[in-house]
Amino acid sequence: MITFDGVTKRYADGTVAVDDLSLEVPTGAITVFVGPSGCGKTTSLRMINRMIDPSQGRILLDGKDVTGVDPATLRRGIGYVIQQAGLFPHRRIVDNIATVPLLLGWDKKKARDRAMELMERVGLDPKLARRYPFQLSGGQQQRVGVARALAADPPVLLMDEPFSAVDPIVRTSLQEELLRLQDELHKTIVFVTHDIDEAVKLGDTVAVLRVGGKLAQIAAPAELLSAPADDFVREFLGRDRGIRRLGFVPSGTLTLEPAPEGVTAQGHGTFNPAKDSLRAALDASLLSPDGLAVAVDDDGRVLGVVGQAALVGAARG
Amino acid sequence: MDEPLVRWDWIARNWDNGGPTSVKVLLENHIVMAFVPVVVGLLIAIPLGLACARYRWLYQPTVGIMNIVYSLPSLALFSILLSVTGLTQTTVIIPLTLFSLAVLIPAVVDGMKSVPDHVRQSAVAMGFQPYKRLMKVELPIAVPVVLAGLRVAAVSSISLVSVGALIGQGGLGYLFIDGWQRQFYTPIVVGIVLVVALALVADFVIIVAQRLLTPWARRSA
Ligand SMILES: Nc1ncnc2c1ncn2[C@@H]1O[C@H](COP(=O)(O)OP(=O)(O)OP(=O)(O)O)[C@@H](O)[C@H]1O
Ligand SMILES: [Mg+2]
Repeated sequence: MITFDGVTKRYADGTVAVDDLSLEVPTGAITVFVGPSGCGKTTSLRMINRMIDPSQGRILLDGKDVTGVDPATLRRGIGYVIQQAGLFPHRRIVDNIATVPLLLGWDKKKARDRAMELMERVGLDPKLARRYPFQLSGGQQQRVGVARALAADPPVLLMDEPFSAVDPIVRTSLQEELLRLQDELHKTIVFVTHDIDEAVKLGDTVAVLRVGGKLAQIAAPAELLSAPADDFVREFLGRDRGIRRLGFVPSGTLTLEPAPEGVTAQGHGTFNPAKDSLRAALDASLLSPDGLAVAVDDDGRVLGVVGQAALVGAARG
Repeated sequence: MDEPLVRWDWIARNWDNGGPTSVKVLLENHIVMAFVPVVVGLLIAIPLGLACARYRWLYQPTVGIMNIVYSLPSLALFSILLSVTGLTQTTVIIPLTLFSLAVLIPAVVDGMKSVPDHVRQSAVAMGFQPYKRLMKVELPIAVPVVLAGLRVAAVSSISLVSVGALIGQGGLGYLFIDGWQRQFYTPIVVGIVLVVALALVADFVIIVAQRLLTPWARRSA
């Protein structure tokens, strides 16, 4: 667990980038720091690995004040991924990924084997191992950045807008890859973004910061969407808040009715109550000519149907 | 009398005649007096350039001093040094070293500036300590820019050595004075051809070194 305890950062020129920030980043979950440009996200993140030291307050990593730990040692136990990937242009991909293990004194062979294993993990073709960074696409470089951060298996991962510089399609696939990886790895991740959609998609917890470095609200995405703390948060969450909130409501609680004669999965929108959200169920209903969303199980067998009135009722509440 | 531009028999007789002004000896001296300043210059420029890159306030004064030195006529420097080092190769090597510093220090500083900030930051974040970061990340990335400066320094050093002929230490430069005094073109032509050839070889060697040292810098692959 990472604890911010009354943390303030005032830069030499007087700018207060972070103002009395107190919050907890739970172990094994993704916590997103989101907010407009200049609200102190990067500063907050960099105080965790001591690239910046706080002016006031403390940051505790599993109960220990980070300022008491040698910076280099601390950093080797914390993975770090940034927007431009920050890959070393003069090192081959495999050696880029093996950087931290080598710094930790692993032998070369073991570090490289580990790097190759990670390439596979993050969905990179092992054939790319011998290339230099400039020979990779932006999306591939970001995957290398993630692999490099994970190489020494650090319990904590800091990610500063890691997916902002790639196109939307690649971004979506990188986001999904991260969620898939996190399912296996259960790292303590602090993820910084200015994109609220990314925040609610990835975060188990979302901390909204406002300019001046103040915490506006910290909550799970569903709660954030349904009960924004104030106008700033409401505005920041943007339009379609109601619809987006349904993405976090399970569809399993809907009462299914028997499918009428002739209603099948073909020609109807379908959803899987075991997996899909209420938003997916509503979408299924909107795609069906008669407004019935067809519930199906993992094997595609029809379980029943839900009508629009029932869906709207569930959405209200 | 019809004097040809090049008398081949003169070259054959003087290439290696055992005397101190045989073309071969002059060429060897030329290489030494051109090469030593560049190597010594590089060895001095790396720490000085790193200091300038690290402490920004050092950079402008250093470049200022170097530019003043660069603007001094070599002849003036020779006459100052003559009283200390006499009519030796050292009297030529010292000014040329200063000249090469004027090119190489900015090259090292620019090389360090060519390290992208995000690369430096991610090296810090991964737990590189400052010295290791310099040796393993920053200097290697600076190599292409430094080598570009080295090409300029090497070629200009090779051409500048000739001026030393004014104090009897000019390597191939001797051939120009000799030819001019005797109104005899062959030594002049030989001198020009050898100086140009030397510059081309030095440039080529550095380019090859760059290809080998920095395969990652080839942007077209
Ligand atoms: N080294 C510095 N010296 C002075 N002020 C700084 C410094 N670094 C950042 N700031 C200021 O602190 C504030 C917070 O900066 P920070 O980089 O943490 O914001 P951010 O939320 O990451 O913004 P962005 O979304 O644009 O990356 C800004 O007003 C910024 O101008
Ligand atoms: Mg930032």
